[in-house]
Amino acid sequence: MREKSKTHVTLIILVLTILGLFLANRYLDAYKIRIINLSGIYVTLGLSMNLINGMTGMFSLGHAGFMAIGAYTVGILTMPVSMKQMNFFMQPIVPFLANVEWGFLPALLAAGLIAALFGVLIGAPVLRLTDDYLAIATLGFAEIIRVVFTNTQSLTNGALGLKGIPNYTNTWWSWGVALVTMWFISFLMKGTYGKAFLAIREDEVAARAMGINLFKHKVMSFSFGCFFAGVAGGLMAALLGTIDPNMFRITLTFNILLIVVLGGLGKIGGTVIAAVVVTVMMEALRFLDESIDLGLVQIKGIPGMRMVVFSIILIFVVIVREKGFLKRTKGRELTYVKN
Amino acid sequence: MLKIENLDMRFGGVVACNNFNGEIGNGQIVGLIGPNGAGKTTIFNVVTGVYKPTAGRILFSPNGSEQHQLTGLSPDRIAKLGVCRTFQNIRLFGELSVLENVFIGNHLRVKSDVFSTVLRLPHYVTEEKRLYEKSLYLLEKIGLQDTRDEKASSLPYGMQRRLEIARALATDPKLLLLDEPAAGMNPQETKELIQFIREIKQEFGLTIFLIEHHMDVIMEISEKIYVLDHGVLIAEGNPSEIQRNERVVEAYLGVG
Repeated sequence: MREKSKTHVTLIILVLTILGLFLANRYLDAYKIRIINLSGIYVTLGLSMNLINGMTGMFSLGHAGFMAIGAYTVGILTMPVSMKQMNFFMQPIVPFLANVEWGFLPALLAAGLIAALFGVLIGAPVLRLTDDYLAIATLGFAEIIRVVFTNTQSLTNGALGLKGIPNYTNTWWSWGVALVTMWFISFLMKGTYGKAFLAIREDEVAARAMGINLFKHKVMSFSFGCFFAGVAGGLMAALLGTIDPNMFRITLTFNILLIVVLGGLGKIGGTVIAAVVVTVMMEALRFLDESIDLGLVQIKGIPGMRMVVFSIILIFVVIVREKGFLKRTKGRELTYVKN
Repeated sequence: MLKIENLDMRFGGVVACNNFNGEIGNGQIVGLIGPNGAGKTTIFNVVTGVYKPTAGRILFSPNGSEQHQLTGLSPDRIAKLGVCRTFQNIRLFGELSVLENVFIGNHLRVKSDVFSTVLRLPHYVTEEKRLYEKSLYLLEKIGLQDTRDEKASSLPYGMQRRLEIARALATDPKLLLLDEPAAGMNPQETKELIQFIREIKQEFGLTIFLIEHHMDVIMEISEKIYVLDHGVLIAEGNPSEIQRNERVVEAYLGVG
């Protein structure tokens, strides 16, 4: 019974989302559409990071690196051949990529798969570490990716970045991917593999004693997270049209971490809401960066002021509601009922 | 079922277990006792692969015909072979529900791969349904069916101990290692526990190896008892032999 009503709720949300996107595309201006797109991408990013950090309990800060891999994969694969020649004027692009021009969907899948492959390669040695050591190692990896991309002139066009990536990303793509991610992660967490991830988060010793292969499951969770990070990076590239290595700094990872912490570690619904709220607020609070005229007093604009506000919110949440703003006191209930 | 040969476990200069030999027959309940710090839990940790022994070997034959060398295997491999345990200091998955805790115990027997669980392919859905029914049955067995959606860490101590046993049973073990199952229980609960251990042994065809400080529990249910002191085996035998053994009395009470 409960199972059925849940499916209904999911269907209703799905229909409302599609309707909402349809109306938004019709009546909203380009600026607002862009925010909707960004929200969708951040939903994917937040969920993928929550899978690694919140659900499996691995403190990873490598998200920006995996996004960079995805973004560059999509950028290089979808860019028209003539555009490639214009971009790579310092050094010609490596021959085997010079003439490829893929559609968006295969390019996005490639972005995810390559990011996941790197996830496995990095994860295999690094996931033996725990807590802050893992954070430092993954952070280092993300920085290495950025530096490597800055220096591989013939592959990524170095510090010049890529311009003229076709703008394939629209609200259907960004939210479509977000919905697929939501579906994937919630079904994953419903099954025994997801439960095994949670077990690892709760107690590694007990999880091993219950026959859960820590290494296999950690790498699995990590590479799934990396897959979606790569896809989201690809969406980002096709949304902005221009990417360069400096976009993928540590601050990007922290923005996603902000979403994960606000939404609550291990919570899918919370992450979705937090992703949308944070993305919208990032824009809505822009006035804080500009000078404000209060009639008598004039406050001079301080660039970066809104980030201060976000930091304060984050500190507040961590202190007052460590489990995110959607708090649930009871244990997660299982919806399977014998009947 | 289990054969421990010349087991040595050293941590630097500390000898936690010195040349221990032991054997557990099919369907037996074997006790392991000794004063605090005697090395009882160390032996459990070595058997379940948490520690790699310094010397010696452990042989496990789940059905008599095949024989596995447990030394050097990882804990999850050993659990898959059919050796499962509970912990002295309870190690439940605290934030998860009671039912989830038991359900996770089933994971090692899941045959479907991760993608069929995400796509919820029919063969996985059937498998999952069966596992849920099994988990619910185990919860009923330990009398926790009404608290299935509670957080495991919110349960009272005695229930947490029982939940750990149910979680271990979900892995379909042949050999169950219980590390102080009666710790912190009152006499009434202890009595129920003894009954419960006998029941599950019967129903699931288990062999049980247990550490316990409550002498009444050990003496009542063990067929054979090993007594350790400072990592050395000082006595073995059936309960009445152990009760009369002078070295055991000395180890517990000291020499006057």
